[in-house]
Amino acid sequence: MTVVPPLTDEKRRAAQKHIETIRFETPFHPRIAALMQTNDWYDWAGYKSANTLWAEELEYFAIRAQSALFDISPMVKYRIEGPDAEAFCNRLTLRDVSKLRPGRVHYTAWCDDSGHVLDDGTLFRLADTRFRLCCQERHLPWLLDGALGFDVAVTEETEEIAGLALQGPTSCALLKAAGFDGIETMKPFDIRDFGHESGSVTVSRTGFTGDLGYELFIDTPLALSLWDRLWTAGELYGIRAIGNAALNQARIEAGLIVANIDFITTDHALRADRVRMPDETGLGWMVDLKKGHFNGRRAIEDARRNNSIRHVLVGLEIEGNVPADHAIVYHRKKREAGVITSAAWSPTAKRNLAIASLERPYGDTITEDLWVEIYALHELRYTKLMKRATIVPRPFVKLPRRTATPPADC
Amino acid sequence: MTSYDAIVIGGGHNGLVAATLLARSGRKVRLVETADTLGGAARTDEFAPGFRVSTAHILNRLHPDVIRQLDLAAHGLDTSAAPAPTTVLGDREGPVTLRSGYGDHVDGISPDEAKAWSELRALLLRQAGILKPFLTRRPPRLGKLSRADMSLLGGSALALRRLGKEDMREFLRMVLMNVADVADEHLTDDRLKGLLAFDATLGSHLGPRSPTSLLGLYYRLAGEAGGSVGGQTIPAGGMGAVINALARAAAAAGVEISTGANVTRIALEGGKAAGVTLGTGEELRAGTVVSAINPATTFLDLVGPRELDIAFVRKIGNIRMKGDAAKLHLALDTVPDFPGISDADRKGRLVIATSTDHVENAFNPAKYGEFSPEPVMEITLPSLSDPTLAPDGACVLSAVVQYAPYDLREGWETGKPKFLEAILATLEANAPGIRNTIRHSELLTPADIESRYRMPGGHWHHGELQADQMLFSRPVAGHSGYDTPVGGLYLCGAGSHPGGGISGVPGLNAARNILASER
Ligand SMILES: Cc1cc2nc3c(=O)[nH]c(=O)nc-3n(C[C@H](O)[C@H](O)[C@H](O)COP(=O)(O)OP(=O)(O)OC[C@H]3O[C@@H](n4cnc5c(N)ncnc54)[C@H](O)[C@@H]3O)c2cc1C
Repeated sequence: MTVVPPLTDEKRRAAQKHIETIRFETPFHPRIAALMQTNDWYDWAGYKSANTLWAEELEYFAIRAQSALFDISPMVKYRIEGPDAEAFCNRLTLRDVSKLRPGRVHYTAWCDDSGHVLDDGTLFRLADTRFRLCCQERHLPWLLDGALGFDVAVTEETEEIAGLALQGPTSCALLKAAGFDGIETMKPFDIRDFGHESGSVTVSRTGFTGDLGYELFIDTPLALSLWDRLWTAGELYGIRAIGNAALNQARIEAGLIVANIDFITTDHALRADRVRMPDETGLGWMVDLKKGHFNGRRAIEDARRNNSIRHVLVGLEIEGNVPADHAIVYHRKKREAGVITSAAWSPTAKRNLAIASLERPYGDTITEDLWVEIYALHELRYTKLMKRATIVPRPFVKLPRRTATPPADC
Repeated sequence: MTSYDAIVIGGGHNGLVAATLLARSGRKVRLVETADTLGGAARTDEFAPGFRVSTAHILNRLHPDVIRQLDLAAHGLDTSAAPAPTTVLGDREGPVTLRSGYGDHVDGISPDEAKAWSELRALLLRQAGILKPFLTRRPPRLGKLSRADMSLLGGSALALRRLGKEDMREFLRMVLMNVADVADEHLTDDRLKGLLAFDATLGSHLGPRSPTSLLGLYYRLAGEAGGSVGGQTIPAGGMGAVINALARAAAAAGVEISTGANVTRIALEGGKAAGVTLGTGEELRAGTVVSAINPATTFLDLVGPRELDIAFVRKIGNIRMKGDAAKLHLALDTVPDFPGISDADRKGRLVIATSTDHVENAFNPAKYGEFSPEPVMEITLPSLSDPTLAPDGACVLSAVVQYAPYDLREGWETGKPKFLEAILATLEANAPGIRNTIRHSELLTPADIESRYRMPGGHWHHGELQADQMLFSRPVAGHSGYDTPVGGLYLCGAGSHPGGGISGVPGLNAARNILASER
């Protein structure tokens, strides 16, 4: 019989490192942790991320009135490179990648064979034959299988590349002050490289707030010095670190959807009827039937032809001021018509906003007489509210400064 | 550029069947075959001066519907050949011979064993009979059952019910068993067990003790020849004679046939099949393209992944199709003598598989990329049934030998002479003196079969015929109905339901499906 020696405490701890670091820390963690007052962390794709840092409302107003710095490093990133990179991306995603010029980004989505959305994300064309795909979920096996027959290399670079979003009306001036010369000439969805220390930082005029803003990508070893550069320059521009809660309010105002919040991605759906086609998640405009084959195309065309698309995603404005998170939507206060997927009171619009997934014909041919049932809990008693909901176009909040080039004060 | 209603890629027997039926419906059909001769693995080729043979050498499942619908008798198919016996060459006990339809009479076993055999045979035939109606139908679609699917399922439910409760229980118990356990439950004679083990695993990457190996035996017993279920014939003129009859039927139906014409690409327009491109650069147009070649070749090489969806390509790429069957052709000076075997029985099929263990032991090394040092095999002497296949007095020996893994670890260049030696030593032991009469030998490993017949992996069925690659999962799950994700592109070869062997059934089913859906 072999005797297994008892584990020493030291050995046991050494074997449990993965439990101690159950959430990864992003490259910016030392700076964010130093600013963290609420101790309100959440899990973003396995990373320890700030939900709030000091005060949700004030963080929100930093986005709309100052400059808000948000750590987007947990975003999943893939490098797609090779002579066939464009063709590969065109087969993978819904939009026509041949129309995406080097130095430009577009928002896109991709589907499985049955035409159901696997994820949405941003596709950066960094050079003629080099792309970066940013998204919520992991897709490496799918991308590698998709690379068969293409002269292209796909590698995950989530950990190698750190990301920051700098959003808000003073963000352009801030970057200029930080030495990003010519930043004011960047148009929405432009990409440009700027020098940073020994390397460079890739800046795109993009964001998730519907505001003036930029996203900055940098090799992880240079991450902290980039943060410091922005922070120092930002003092006079009201720079504030923000968490996800504030960002979420801003993105709802901008009418933007989030995978696995506003719809369930195909790989996550356990129930067969929870998957969604682009037309059911408000992404139908991306489907470009003028280009060649792309994954799920035949299924999408069939569904359109057979009129078998069952859901529709709509923006709602709801009377009153109680956010209607996950409330049921009714037609004539009686028939269930769908569910609210995201909701927020909009401080900028002063309206009660929501994004909802409705089952056709609601939201399609029947668009009037919709109601939501909100259960407001006040000291262990529910107040049941039946509030009128009106379908309104997205974005709910449209800020001219989001697209103005050059931005004001810059 | 020439236009057709339908283009059939590949002039194997399935391509010929599909092309003929489509042409009979009034369509303008062109069939293109890359080799100089039609027939694929069923064609008859000269392998030594004056000696001819075909790789597929035994006819045991050419479907009666195919013979009837294509009027093959009128086009020269000789169906008069008497059912050929199967003889298992015994080690010490002497041979066992199964006569007509898979041994409705057996010589060389004890009366007790004969009784046990006839009970087992009847049981297996009843059970194979349940599966038989599925052969000639498009596999039922899960999720959206059509009226035809329902009646097929209903029909087999009925067939199950007619079996009686005991028989039904027995079928459900046995269907996924391995052949070795089934044989052990019923038989004591090692030679009979060895034969069942051999027949169940022929053409697949399974040993008799591998789970589900019994399915291979059901598949064999669902076939028929010479009017007897489970029967077999050694066709006069070799298998090439069957191909000749099919080719005549095709020509009579108006199919335009070109040989020596290699399809390099299936052209798509708007995501739908539009025609094919030949190696010469010539383009042929048709809204219907029927691929009678391997499914993986069809999609990965001819259509290309770019026009297809990722999960579909992944599934196609995952079809297992690495063959284990090699083919030996010997040009002999004289007819070999197998002691104890009568002249009449020597015209039939001779099997060297002395027990379950023999077959299992032969399989074991194949799992690890090595060939069997003591291989199992089935031998025919086709020139005895058709003297034109060999010069006067000389003889052709044709043997399917297992196991010869496609991916031999040491490589076939050095492995092949060693494997040939192992086979010849086995033959010499069973037919003493045979080695001295060999004028020429040709051993086709799966790698050779792959390049000669364009059968990837050298695989018998163009894809393993195991439970996970059968019925609605053949060639891949969700795409078993001969139609494909590409509009106008159809599959009709052995890689589709129900599978390989010279049956014509995939070609028949595909043509029926195309005619029904394009009506
Ligand atoms: C060793 C061995 C022994 C066998 N023995 C028997 C047996 O005794 N009895 C039996 O019933 N079955 C036997 N089989 C199985 C049988 O041979 C096959 O299942 C059968 O040949 C499949 O027929 P098919 O028409 O579907 O395809 P194939 O016979 O493979 O025919 C396909 C045809 O397409 C052509 N082709 C391929 N690519 C192209 C292209 N790009 N352009 C144009 N043409 C192309 C090929 O040249 C070929 O002629 C055996 C198989 C093997 C490997």
